Amino acid sequence: MRDTMFLRRLTLFFPMAIFLTLVGFFFYRLVLIEKGNTPNMIPSVMINRPVPVFALPSLISGKPLVASAALKGKVTLIDVFASWCVPCRVEHPLLASIKEAGIALVGINYKDRPEDALLWLEKLGDPYDAIASDRDGRVAIDFGVYGVPESYLIDKQGVIRFKQTGPLTPEDIRDRLLPLAKELNK
Amino acid sequence: MTLRRNFVCVCAVALVLLGLQGAAFAVQPDEMLANPQLESRARVLSEGLRCPVCQNQSIDDSDADLAHDLRVIVRQRLQSGDTDAQVKQYLVDRYGDYVLLEPPFKTSTLVLWLGAPLILLAALGVALVFYRRRQETSEDTQRPLSAEEQKKIAALMDPQDDGRKGTL
Repeated sequence: MRDTMFLRRLTLFFPMAIFLTLVGFFFYRLVLIEKGNTPNMIPSVMINRPVPVFALPSLISGKPLVASAALKGKVTLIDVFASWCVPCRVEHPLLASIKEAGIALVGINYKDRPEDALLWLEKLGDPYDAIASDRDGRVAIDFGVYGVPESYLIDKQGVIRFKQTGPLTPEDIRDRLLPLAKELNK
Repeated sequence: MTLRRNFVCVCAVALVLLGLQGAAFAVQPDEMLANPQLESRARVLSEGLRCPVCQNQSIDDSDADLAHDLRVIVRQRLQSGDTDAQVKQYLVDRYGDYVLLEPPFKTSTLVLWLGAPLILLAALGVALVFYRRRQETSEDTQRPLSAEEQKKIAALMDPQDDGRKGTL
Protein backbone atom coordinates (compact mmCIF):
# COMPACT_ATOMS: atom_id res chain seq x y z
CA MET A 1 0.00 0.00 0.00
CA ARG A 2 2.77 2.39 0.93
CA ASP A 3 4.67 1.37 -2.22
CA THR A 4 1.82 2.33 -4.52
CA MET A 5 1.49 5.65 -2.68
CA PHE A 6 5.16 6.26 -3.30
CA LEU A 7 4.80 5.42 -7.01
CA ARG A 8 1.85 7.79 -7.29
CA ARG A 9 3.86 10.57 -5.75
CA LEU A 10 6.65 9.81 -8.18
CA THR A 11 4.38 10.30 -11.20
CA LEU A 12 3.70 13.83 -9.94
CA PHE A 13 7.30 14.61 -10.89
CA PHE A 14 6.74 13.49 -14.47
CA PRO A 15 6.00 16.96 -15.93
CA MET A 16 9.04 18.30 -14.09
CA ALA A 17 11.22 15.56 -15.58
CA ILE A 18 9.95 16.32 -19.10
CA PHE A 19 10.58 20.02 -18.55
CA LEU A 20 14.13 19.42 -17.35
CA THR A 21 14.82 17.14 -20.34
CA LEU A 22 13.71 19.91 -22.68
CA VAL A 23 15.87 22.44 -20.83
CA GLY A 24 18.78 20.03 -21.33
CA PHE A 25 18.14 19.76 -25.09
CA PHE A 26 17.84 23.52 -25.55
CA PHE A 27 20.96 24.15 -23.52
CA TYR A 28 22.91 21.60 -25.56
CA ARG A 29 21.80 23.34 -28.76
CA LEU A 30 22.89 26.71 -27.37
CA VAL A 31 26.32 25.33 -26.54
CA LEU A 32 26.61 24.03 -30.11
CA ILE A 33 25.71 27.47 -31.48
CA GLU A 34 28.36 29.00 -29.21
CA LYS A 35 30.84 26.64 -30.82
CA GLY A 36 29.84 27.88 -34.26
CA ASN A 37 27.54 25.00 -35.19
CA THR A 38 24.50 27.10 -36.12
CA PRO A 39 21.32 25.49 -37.44
CA ASN A 40 21.75 27.10 -40.87
CA MET A 41 25.05 25.25 -41.42
CA ILE A 42 24.53 22.56 -44.00
CA PRO A 43 26.65 19.51 -43.15
CA SER A 44 28.84 18.94 -46.20
CA VAL A 45 28.63 15.60 -47.96
CA MET A 46 31.90 16.35 -49.73
CA ILE A 47 34.16 15.59 -46.76
CA ASN A 48 36.31 12.49 -47.48
CA ARG A 49 35.22 12.48 -51.10
CA PRO A 50 37.58 13.06 -54.02
CA VAL A 51 37.59 16.56 -55.39
CA PRO A 52 35.05 17.02 -58.24
CA VAL A 53 36.65 16.76 -61.65
CA PHE A 54 37.02 20.17 -63.28
CA ALA A 55 39.13 22.06 -65.79
CA LEU A 56 38.48 25.79 -65.89
CA PRO A 57 40.19 28.63 -67.73
CA SER A 58 42.58 30.67 -65.66
CA LEU A 59 41.36 34.07 -64.54
CA ILE A 60 44.65 35.54 -65.65
CA SER A 61 44.79 35.28 -69.42
CA GLY A 62 47.70 33.39 -70.93
CA LYS A 63 48.01 30.98 -68.01
CA PRO A 64 47.14 27.27 -68.42
CA LEU A 65 43.80 25.72 -67.46
CA VAL A 66 43.25 25.15 -63.77
CA ALA A 67 42.33 21.46 -63.44
CA SER A 68 41.52 19.07 -60.62
CA ALA A 69 44.08 16.57 -61.95
CA ALA A 70 46.91 18.98 -61.01
CA LEU A 71 45.86 19.01 -57.34
CA LYS A 72 47.36 15.63 -56.47
CA GLY A 73 50.67 15.42 -54.65
CA LYS A 74 50.34 18.48 -52.43
CA VAL A 75 48.05 19.73 -49.72
CA THR A 76 45.91 22.45 -51.28
CA LEU A 77 43.33 24.93 -50.07
CA ILE A 78 40.68 25.68 -52.65
CA ASP A 79 39.14 29.05 -51.92
CA VAL A 80 35.90 30.02 -53.66
CA PHE A 81 35.66 33.81 -53.80
CA ALA A 82 34.16 36.71 -55.73
CA SER A 83 34.85 40.42 -55.94
CA TRP A 84 31.17 41.15 -55.14
CA CYS A 85 31.34 39.14 -51.91
CA VAL A 86 31.87 41.29 -48.83
CA PRO A 87 33.01 38.56 -46.38
CA CYS A 88 35.64 37.52 -48.98
CA ARG A 89 37.26 40.88 -48.44
CA VAL A 90 37.45 40.14 -44.70
CA GLU A 91 39.03 36.75 -45.32
CA HIS A 92 41.44 37.88 -48.03
CA PRO A 93 44.32 39.28 -45.88
CA LEU A 94 44.45 35.99 -43.93
CA LEU A 95 45.18 33.86 -46.99
CA ALA A 96 48.86 34.87 -47.01
CA SER A 97 49.37 33.14 -43.65
CA ILE A 98 47.98 29.90 -45.13
CA LYS A 99 50.42 30.04 -48.01
CA GLU A 100 53.28 30.72 -45.62
CA ALA A 101 52.44 27.46 -43.84
CA GLY A 102 53.24 25.57 -47.02
CA ILE A 103 49.71 25.00 -48.30
CA ALA A 104 49.11 25.48 -52.02
CA LEU A 105 46.40 28.05 -52.61
CA VAL A 106 43.99 27.69 -55.53
CA GLY A 107 41.24 30.25 -56.01
CA ILE A 108 37.94 29.66 -57.77
CA ASN A 109 36.54 32.98 -58.86
CA TYR A 110 32.78 32.40 -58.57
CA LYS A 111 30.25 34.06 -60.88
CA ASP A 112 32.35 37.14 -61.31
CA ARG A 113 33.36 39.39 -64.19
CA PRO A 114 37.08 38.74 -64.82
CA GLU A 115 37.82 42.45 -65.04
CA ASP A 116 36.21 43.02 -61.61
CA ALA A 117 38.12 40.12 -60.09
CA LEU A 118 41.43 41.31 -61.53
CA LEU A 119 40.85 44.82 -60.22
CA TRP A 120 39.99 43.39 -56.79
CA LEU A 121 43.23 41.35 -56.74
CA GLU A 122 45.24 44.34 -57.91
CA LYS A 123 43.93 46.36 -55.00
CA LEU A 124 44.09 43.70 -52.28
CA GLY A 125 46.98 41.55 -53.48
CA ASP A 126 47.03 38.12 -55.12
CA PRO A 127 48.10 35.33 -52.76
CA TYR A 128 46.87 32.53 -55.06
CA ASP A 129 49.07 30.03 -56.88
CA ALA A 130 46.39 29.68 -59.52
CA ILE A 131 42.91 31.12 -60.02
CA ALA A 132 40.16 29.41 -61.97
CA SER A 133 37.37 31.45 -63.48
CA ASP A 134 34.00 29.79 -62.84
CA ARG A 135 31.72 32.26 -64.56
CA ASP A 136 28.53 30.20 -64.61
CA GLY A 137 29.19 28.71 -61.15
CA ARG A 138 28.77 25.11 -62.31
CA VAL A 139 32.03 23.84 -60.85
CA ALA A 140 31.17 25.53 -57.55
CA ILE A 141 27.84 23.66 -57.55
CA ASP A 142 29.79 20.40 -58.05
CA PHE A 143 31.63 21.33 -54.85
CA GLY A 144 28.33 21.99 -53.07
CA VAL A 145 29.00 25.72 -52.70
CA TYR A 146 26.04 27.72 -51.40
CA GLY A 147 27.58 30.79 -49.80
CA VAL A 148 30.88 32.38 -50.77
CA PRO A 149 33.51 32.45 -49.45
CA GLU A 150 33.92 28.71 -49.05
CA SER A 151 37.18 26.85 -48.62
CA TYR A 152 38.10 23.20 -49.07
CA LEU A 153 41.30 21.59 -47.82
CA ILE A 154 42.46 18.86 -50.19
CA ASP A 155 44.97 16.18 -49.15
CA LYS A 156 47.78 14.78 -51.31
CA GLN A 157 45.50 12.12 -52.78
CA GLY A 158 43.05 14.76 -53.94
CA VAL A 159 40.45 14.02 -51.25
CA ILE A 160 38.51 16.82 -49.52
CA ARG A 161 39.30 16.74 -45.80
CA PHE A 162 37.85 19.98 -44.49
CA LYS A 163 35.25 22.48 -45.57
CA GLN A 164 34.43 25.91 -44.30
CA THR A 165 31.36 27.85 -45.37
CA GLY A 166 31.83 31.54 -44.83
CA PRO A 167 35.08 33.40 -44.22
CA LEU A 168 37.96 31.70 -42.44
CA THR A 169 38.82 33.47 -39.19
CA PRO A 170 42.31 33.67 -37.67
CA GLU A 171 41.08 31.13 -35.05
CA ASP A 172 39.84 28.71 -37.73
CA ILE A 173 43.20 28.90 -39.46
CA ARG A 174 45.25 28.54 -36.27
CA ASP A 175 43.15 25.87 -34.52
CA ARG A 176 41.74 23.78 -37.32
CA LEU A 177 43.21 24.39 -40.75
CA LEU A 178 46.96 24.51 -40.01
CA PRO A 179 47.01 21.52 -37.59
CA LEU A 180 45.06 19.43 -40.11
CA ALA A 181 47.33 20.48 -42.98
CA LYS A 182 50.37 19.57 -40.88
CA GLU A 183 48.85 16.15 -40.26
CA LEU A 184 48.13 15.67 -43.99
CA ASN A 185 51.63 16.80 -44.97
CA LYS A 186 53.29 14.03 -42.96
CA MET B 1 -28.54 48.26 -59.90
CA THR B 2 -25.53 49.98 -58.30
CA LEU B 3 -25.26 47.11 -55.82
CA ARG B 4 -25.01 44.67 -58.66
CA ARG B 5 -22.43 46.79 -60.41
CA ASN B 6 -20.38 46.96 -57.19
CA PHE B 7 -20.52 43.22 -56.86
CA VAL B 8 -19.24 42.76 -60.40
CA CYS B 9 -16.44 45.23 -59.67
CA VAL B 10 -15.37 43.38 -56.52
CA CYS B 11 -15.40 40.07 -58.37
CA ALA B 12 -13.26 41.51 -61.17
CA VAL B 13 -10.71 42.88 -58.68
CA ALA B 14 -10.61 39.57 -56.82
CA LEU B 15 -10.02 37.68 -60.06
CA VAL B 16 -7.18 40.02 -61.06
CA LEU B 17 -5.59 39.64 -57.61
CA LEU B 18 -5.87 35.85 -57.80
CA GLY B 19 -4.24 35.92 -61.22
CA LEU B 20 -1.38 38.04 -59.89
CA GLN B 21 -0.87 35.69 -57.01
CA GLY B 22 -0.66 32.74 -59.37
CA ALA B 23 1.96 34.50 -61.45
CA ALA B 24 4.18 35.41 -58.49
CA PHE B 25 6.50 32.38 -58.57
CA ALA B 26 10.23 32.67 -58.99
CA VAL B 27 10.55 30.67 -62.22
CA GLN B 28 11.53 33.02 -65.04
CA PRO B 29 10.03 32.58 -68.50
CA ASP B 30 13.48 32.04 -70.05
CA GLU B 31 14.12 29.09 -67.71
CA MET B 32 11.02 27.19 -68.81
CA LEU B 33 11.27 24.22 -71.13
CA ALA B 34 9.36 24.16 -74.39
CA ASN B 35 8.17 20.63 -73.69
CA PRO B 36 5.20 21.10 -71.30
CA GLN B 37 5.52 17.56 -69.95
CA LEU B 38 9.17 18.03 -68.98
CA GLU B 39 8.43 21.50 -67.63
CA SER B 40 5.68 20.21 -65.35
CA ARG B 41 8.01 17.46 -64.10
CA ALA B 42 10.65 20.13 -63.44
CA ARG B 43 8.10 22.19 -61.49
CA VAL B 44 7.06 19.26 -59.31
CA LEU B 45 10.69 18.29 -58.70
CA SER B 46 11.87 21.77 -57.84
CA GLU B 47 8.97 22.24 -55.40
CA GLY B 48 10.50 19.41 -53.36
CA LEU B 49 14.08 20.71 -53.50
CA ARG B 50 15.34 23.07 -50.85
CA CYS B 51 17.26 26.18 -51.78
CA PRO B 52 20.54 25.94 -49.79
CA VAL B 53 20.71 29.74 -49.55
CA CYS B 54 17.22 30.53 -48.25
CA GLN B 55 16.88 27.14 -46.55
CA ASN B 56 13.15 27.40 -45.90
CA GLN B 57 12.11 27.91 -49.49
CA SER B 58 12.05 25.46 -52.34
CA ILE B 59 14.13 26.33 -55.38
CA ASP B 60 10.80 26.77 -57.17
CA ASP B 61 9.86 29.61 -54.80
CA SER B 62 13.23 31.20 -54.22
CA ASP B 63 14.58 34.24 -56.03
CA ALA B 64 18.14 33.46 -54.95
CA ASP B 65 20.75 33.29 -57.67
CA LEU B 66 21.72 29.75 -56.70
CA ALA B 67 18.07 28.64 -56.83
CA HIS B 68 17.94 29.89 -60.41
CA ASP B 69 21.09 27.89 -61.25
CA LEU B 70 19.65 24.77 -59.63
CA ARG B 71 16.34 25.15 -61.50
CA VAL B 72 18.27 25.34 -64.75
CA ILE B 73 20.29 22.25 -63.77
CA VAL B 74 17.09 20.32 -62.97
CA ARG B 75 15.73 21.18 -66.41
CA GLN B 76 18.96 20.31 -68.19
CA ARG B 77 19.13 16.94 -66.44
CA LEU B 78 15.52 16.20 -67.41
CA GLN B 79 16.24 17.16 -71.02
CA SER B 80 19.21 14.83 -71.09
CA GLY B 81 16.86 12.00 -70.14
CA ASP B 82 17.34 11.67 -66.37
CA THR B 83 14.57 10.13 -64.28
CA ASP B 84 13.17 12.18 -61.38
CA ALA B 85 15.18 10.04 -58.94
CA GLN B 86 18.38 10.64 -60.89
CA VAL B 87 17.84 14.41 -60.85
CA LYS B 88 17.33 14.32 -57.08
CA GLN B 89 20.41 12.14 -56.63
CA TYR B 90 22.47 14.60 -58.68
CA LEU B 91 21.71 17.35 -56.17
CA VAL B 92 21.93 15.08 -53.10
CA ASP B 93 25.46 14.13 -54.26
CA ARG B 94 26.42 17.80 -53.97
CA TYR B 95 24.33 19.20 -51.14
CA GLY B 96 23.35 16.09 -49.18
CA ASP B 97 19.89 15.03 -48.03
CA TYR B 98 19.53 18.62 -46.90
CA VAL B 99 18.28 19.65 -50.35
CA LEU B 100 15.30 17.34 -50.09
CA LEU B 101 12.41 19.13 -48.40
CA GLU B 102 11.02 15.72 -47.46
CA PRO B 103 13.72 13.88 -45.51
CA PRO B 104 14.28 10.28 -46.67
CA PHE B 105 13.35 7.39 -44.38
CA LYS B 106 16.58 5.79 -43.14
CA THR B 107 18.31 4.84 -39.90
CA SER B 108 19.52 8.36 -39.19
CA THR B 109 15.97 9.73 -39.58
CA LEU B 110 14.14 6.97 -37.69
CA VAL B 111 13.55 9.22 -34.66
CA LEU B 112 12.27 11.96 -36.93
CA TRP B 113 9.76 9.75 -38.74
CA LEU B 114 8.73 7.44 -35.88
CA GLY B 115 9.20 9.73 -32.86
CA ALA B 116 5.90 11.54 -33.07
CA PRO B 117 3.71 8.44 -33.71
CA LEU B 118 5.48 6.59 -30.88
CA ILE B 119 4.88 9.46 -28.46
CA LEU B 120 1.24 9.54 -29.55
CA LEU B 121 0.91 5.78 -28.91
CA ALA B 122 2.57 6.15 -25.50
CA ALA B 123 0.22 8.99 -24.61
CA LEU B 124 -2.79 6.93 -25.70
CA GLY B 125 -1.52 4.05 -23.53
CA VAL B 126 -1.18 6.29 -20.49
CA ALA B 127 -4.64 7.76 -21.11
CA LEU B 128 -6.14 4.26 -21.35
CA VAL B 129 -4.59 3.14 -18.04
CA PHE B 130 -5.73 6.35 -16.38
CA TYR B 131 -9.29 5.93 -17.70
CA ARG B 132 -9.49 2.26 -16.60
CA ARG B 133 -8.35 3.16 -13.10
CA ARG B 134 -10.87 5.93 -12.79
CA GLN B 135 -13.62 3.58 -13.87
CA GLU B 136 -12.57 1.06 -11.20
CA THR B 137 -12.67 3.66 -8.43
CA SER B 138 -16.04 4.97 -9.58
CA GLU B 139 -17.45 1.42 -9.45
CA ASP B 140 -16.10 1.29 -5.91
CA THR B 141 -17.99 4.41 -4.84
CA GLN B 142 -21.28 3.20 -6.37
CA ARG B 143 -21.56 0.37 -3.79
CA PRO B 144 -24.48 1.07 -1.38
CA LEU B 145 -23.58 1.93 2.21
CA SER B 146 -23.43 -0.87 4.73
CA ALA B 147 -25.70 -0.87 7.83
CA GLU B 148 -22.81 0.20 10.03
CA GLU B 149 -21.98 3.14 7.78
CA GLN B 150 -25.65 4.18 7.77
CA LYS B 151 -25.63 4.17 11.57
CA LYS B 152 -22.48 6.32 11.71
CA ILE B 153 -24.04 8.89 9.40
CA ALA B 154 -27.28 8.92 11.40
CA ALA B 155 -25.27 9.58 14.59
CA LEU B 156 -23.35 12.41 12.94
CA MET B 157 -26.55 13.99 11.68
CA ASP B 158 -28.37 13.70 15.00
CA PRO B 159 -29.45 17.27 16.02
CA GLN B 160 -29.64 16.26 19.70
CA ASP B 161 -26.02 15.20 19.73
CA ASP B 162 -23.57 18.08 20.22
CA GLY B 163 -20.59 15.78 19.79
CA ARG B 164 -19.70 15.46 23.47
CA LYS B 165 -21.42 12.14 24.05
CA GLY B 166 -18.74 10.31 22.12
CA THR B 167 -21.07 8.17 20.03
CA LEU B 168 -18.31 7.51 17.53
